[in-house]
Amino acid sequence: MSMTEERSVDQSAMKVSDEVAIEIKNMNKWYGTFHVLRDIDLTVMRGERIVICGPSGSGKSTLIRCINALEEHQKGSITVDGTVLSSDLKNIDRIRSEVGMCFQHFNLFPHLTILENCTLAPIWVRKTPKRDAEKTAMHFLEKVKIPDQANKYPGQLSGGQQQRVAIARSLCMRPRIMLFDEPTSALDPEMIKEVLDTMIELAEEGMTMICVTHEMGFARQVANRVIFMDQGQIVEQNEPEEFFKNPRSDRTKLFLSQILGH
Amino acid sequence: MSDTHAQTVAYVRESFLEQAPPPERETGPIRWLRVNLFSNWFYAILTLLSIYVVYTLLSDFLPWLFNGVWNASDIRECREILQGATGGCFAVLAERWNQLLFGFSFPSDQYWRIVVAFLLFCIAAAPVLFAAVPRVLFVVTGLFPFVAYYLIWGGTILTPLAVLVGVVAGYFAYRRLVDQSFAMGLLGGVVAGLIVWWLAAFVPQDQPSFLALRPIPSRDLGGFALNLMLGVICVSLSLPFGILLALGRQSRLPIIKWICVVFIEFVRGVPLITLLFVANVVLAYFLPPGSNFDLILRVIIMITMFASAYIAEVIRGGLAALPRGQYEAADSLGLDYTQAMRLIILPQALKISIPGIVNVAVGLFKDTTLVSIISMFDLVGMIRGPILASTEWNGVYWELYGFAALLFFIVCYAISQYSQWLERQLNTEHR
Repeated sequence: MSMTEERSVDQSAMKVSDEVAIEIKNMNKWYGTFHVLRDIDLTVMRGERIVICGPSGSGKSTLIRCINALEEHQKGSITVDGTVLSSDLKNIDRIRSEVGMCFQHFNLFPHLTILENCTLAPIWVRKTPKRDAEKTAMHFLEKVKIPDQANKYPGQLSGGQQQRVAIARSLCMRPRIMLFDEPTSALDPEMIKEVLDTMIELAEEGMTMICVTHEMGFARQVANRVIFMDQGQIVEQNEPEEFFKNPRSDRTKLFLSQILGH
Repeated sequence: MSDTHAQTVAYVRESFLEQAPPPERETGPIRWLRVNLFSNWFYAILTLLSIYVVYTLLSDFLPWLFNGVWNASDIRECREILQGATGGCFAVLAERWNQLLFGFSFPSDQYWRIVVAFLLFCIAAAPVLFAAVPRVLFVVTGLFPFVAYYLIWGGTILTPLAVLVGVVAGYFAYRRLVDQSFAMGLLGGVVAGLIVWWLAAFVPQDQPSFLALRPIPSRDLGGFALNLMLGVICVSLSLPFGILLALGRQSRLPIIKWICVVFIEFVRGVPLITLLFVANVVLAYFLPPGSNFDLILRVIIMITMFASAYIAEVIRGGLAALPRGQYEAADSLGLDYTQAMRLIILPQALKISIPGIVNVAVGLFKDTTLVSIISMFDLVGMIRGPILASTEWNGVYWELYGFAALLFFIVCYAISQYSQWLERQLNTEHR
């Protein structure tokens, strides 16, 4: 399954601090009467890189979408950067501007150029002057290696390029935490690597990241914790070495044999 | 040479083929004729039959058009000139030209006011319709409603000026307060505007003749100018109302949602002509006696209500067509509701809705002729009433209604062409 060649990852900056970035306590969520997430407890330290995997329908996407309030939870608490998520809109907007998110289907704004996609939120949410926002945007577009596409529209770019723009767009808000919701699942095999490379670079700079992904090579190299979910619960979590070598629960073993077995 | 190994099992392409043109007999006009008109004997017969039908129609229509009489004082003189030959009596258009355009009771020495208003409208519309037009012209657009009111209805210039000052005051109050919250800004703007209007209401009555044009009562407006006025005013009002209704219908607040749903469903369930009768007759019963609520204003309100309900449904379709990811991406970047709607959702939803909106706009423009039924003398009202009823032109149906159709066709076709051009401009998929 792994598309990444083993590439030496610079571990020096990837230190985990003892400051808490996200704290989820006893969180439950229902869709109508369907219990999607059950008693989730998860603490993420600043600088941690967490990979969440699990079969489809296990609630992994829903979990990270609760962190920036794209989904409401009905019970328990989520604290992001010291702010408790409540239904207060001001609160939610503040957390969202601190937490970047990349989606499976990129969700770029097709009516705006790449540059406008990147500068929109800084200008309107952060009230950054247009000049500065464009400078920042070009900086991050260079970082994801597509500064020459800045004046094109998303529809003219390949999937991998679009996903890298989506990452740059999030970074322009200078988030302290990045969430990735299956960022490579909609991509052609040839383009997965360029997106993963960008994510690895981000990890090397010490970004706090939570990634829902099935790229196990990426998990091995970058993650300091792998979480396996099934039926709305965290079934197993461990350091990647241990997780892949000695999975403890039978469900995890079955899952790993399914996705690594070919 | 690249095919040398084509028949063997193991095969490596050694050179790639260049692009080649298609064979010559598969291109050009002969092929077009063969494929489209004479592909088999049945289609060949249909083609010949169609040519015959078109020929018979044109052989009647063209002499009627080109042999027409443009100079005559009444229909009998037309017949004398033609002496039984085929030909239209277009003299009616020449003789009643001003009536067809401006109505029959509009003072003829004041026609220039409508012409100037129309020319100003062309300038005011340009920056709205075309992005390439210099942005400064938006000043003209902003001032146009007030200038046009002054030109068309006349009276002292102080009235529209006072309204303008009220709007400007409201705008600045909104700007000052909108940082606190959108609702605060809106409330502050409305209050500031109302205060200015209340103060200003004293001034025009003191100075009724300051820079005054001759006042023209609404019942004197008529002709194609009336259709254009109603069309322009109602379309430009119903678009913002339609957007608000469409957003309101999606609102999470049940009260707002149900008000919008009930309004839309009610208005869509009622024929426009009944609304116009309501405007004409029934509203008068509900208004306090002696209050002079202008008929044109009542008609504008009714047509706008009608069109905005339809536009709301068209825009709702556009909103529904947007992938949910667009809402989520806007949310995840921390944009609030107004920003997300204004910057992300509406630009895309409106783009999708262009064909539907244009459809409603064209329909609405043609429906303005319905006011002839409540005895307003628009283009059709003029033809039906004063012109065909006169002894001079009684019986000249084809020419008059043909002319009306032509005028409407020109405007509607222009709108339709513009919308197609706009859709191409806004297409960012493969530029």
